Amino acid sequence: MTDIGRQARRANRLVLGLLLLGTLLLLAGASVGSTGLESVFNAMRDPVAWQIVRDIRLPRTLGAWAAGALLGLAGALAQGLFRNPLADPYLLGSASGASLGVALALVGLGVSPFATGWWLRFGLTGAAFAGAVLAVLLTLLLSRGVQHTLRLLLAGVIVGVVLGAMTSLVMLLDPEVMQSMQAFMLGSTGFIGWVAWLVMVGVWVFCAVVAWMLSPVLDGLSLGEATAISLGLPLARLRLALVATLALATGTAVAQTGLIAFVGLAAPHLVRSVTKTTHRRLVGLSSLMGGVLLMGADVLARGLLAPQELPVGVLTAVLGGGYLLWLMHRSTSYANGASL
Amino acid sequence: MKNAAVSAVNVTASLGNVEILHDICLQLPAGRWTSIVGPNGAGKSTLLKVLAGLLPYTGCVSLLGQALQNLPGKVRARQLAWLGQSEGTSDDLTVWDVAMLGRLPHQAWLGAPSAADHAAVEQALRATQAWDWRGRSLGALSGGERQRVLLARALAVQAQVLLMDEPLANLDPPHQADWLAVVRQFVGQGTTVVSVLHELSMALHADEMVIMRAGEVTHQGSSTEPATHLALQAVFDQRVRIHAMADQWVALPV
Repeated sequence: MTDIGRQARRANRLVLGLLLLGTLLLLAGASVGSTGLESVFNAMRDPVAWQIVRDIRLPRTLGAWAAGALLGLAGALAQGLFRNPLADPYLLGSASGASLGVALALVGLGVSPFATGWWLRFGLTGAAFAGAVLAVLLTLLLSRGVQHTLRLLLAGVIVGVVLGAMTSLVMLLDPEVMQSMQAFMLGSTGFIGWVAWLVMVGVWVFCAVVAWMLSPVLDGLSLGEATAISLGLPLARLRLALVATLALATGTAVAQTGLIAFVGLAAPHLVRSVTKTTHRRLVGLSSLMGGVLLMGADVLARGLLAPQELPVGVLTAVLGGGYLLWLMHRSTSYANGASL
Repeated sequence: MKNAAVSAVNVTASLGNVEILHDICLQLPAGRWTSIVGPNGAGKSTLLKVLAGLLPYTGCVSLLGQALQNLPGKVRARQLAWLGQSEGTSDDLTVWDVAMLGRLPHQAWLGAPSAADHAAVEQALRATQAWDWRGRSLGALSGGERQRVLLARALAVQAQVLLMDEPLANLDPPHQADWLAVVRQFVGQGTTVVSVLHELSMALHADEMVIMRAGEVTHQGSSTEPATHLALQAVFDQRVRIHAMADQWVALPV
């Protein structure tokens, strides 16, 4: 068999493995609750238990998959766009924009006696999304477009730092919002209902189609900007489309789940460690990988200390940080080996 | 000059606020290999980028008789292939994937590669002796092997004009000779090749030479003409000498 055939088979096996793992985690997610592990098949016989599975556990577990898929897709796009394997979906300032949006909304809505739970939830999601999108627009404004990758990257970092400081200032001025902000900043899948899941899946399908169409641009860009232009790719327009897709995917995930670390960074890396492939496949596989990662983290977060629940963002940060450390160690070992 | 594949008239280009090229006028003959040479900082790579439409400029650059600025990106990409200096490479793409990128200008936006695309990629990979590694990722190749794959990517475009900036980087002498044979083969088939080379002895194999200094063209002529050799020695402040050796011209430092 040729190497090309081997890589394709590895990619196909990875798809099957991720789909299988996703199905198993869905069953696990439907079974794990505050009382520990309980078979979902037993719950089907008890109307109350089934209602819990149907209205809480299933949308939450599937929502974790959708948010992870959005972050995985955004991570693959960010790493291709910035030509940097350490780029993550939050680089354009969307995370800090979303945080500021939520902090301001909590100040405006959360302490108001008129704010109902539903209204508060709707307002927070909207504020997070608006904050993420406005932050990306601010980044684009500061970098004067998308022509220069480095300027875009620096502008994203600056926007992230400044908006992060403004969020801290809001929390300092109004300490009452601090606890609610904590839940957002640590990331949580606990509030995902069927509507939120539907929104995320819809956005994911849209972003996946656009990313699939734009993937040849990322392949061309991997050979350098000059080569990409020489291949007739209209870089400015295509970059803008990539940034918009990245912002939409990230903003939607952050709005529903808060800040979940490392999934967007680690998912494309994990895919690359299994198979070398073009961005068309990488984007799809990173989505599947991100979905499985977050779904697995969500099940662990609920099951590890049941009936207590760990913030899922903390778990992804610990696991993702550990993975990056291992990656660094492995790279250093390779480098040392190569120099011998 | 009749039959110029690429021409520049009163071309000026800047990097930042510094003007690098000053009022360049030249015509590069079709179906020939032209080498652009000159000391460091002469503006060779900048000129090549301008001719490829990769840098903004004032004046007029023509490609196969049409103003470069008026050509749609995809049309230009089918007529002119570019191999840059220190091209970035993705370690994740396979050799085949990289060479297939050369076919992007020929493919519809969402279309799959055609049989002609596959044939062109195979031909290019075989020409650069990279066919046997087609399934390997670029990250698994040495610098010289990568360079041959990148050359294959440029050849796969099957453009009438091929511009190359320091294409011999990382190539050992036998593979430099192979590169020379590939260039000769493509020029023999009617392709116009323009290369920037800092290895003067290799550059002297070209049909024509464009000699530059401080952002200006000081001489253009056949690489076998004594006037060209004198101009070459002059831009290097007489610190190189051109000698005839074993039926070829070589440049030796003084």
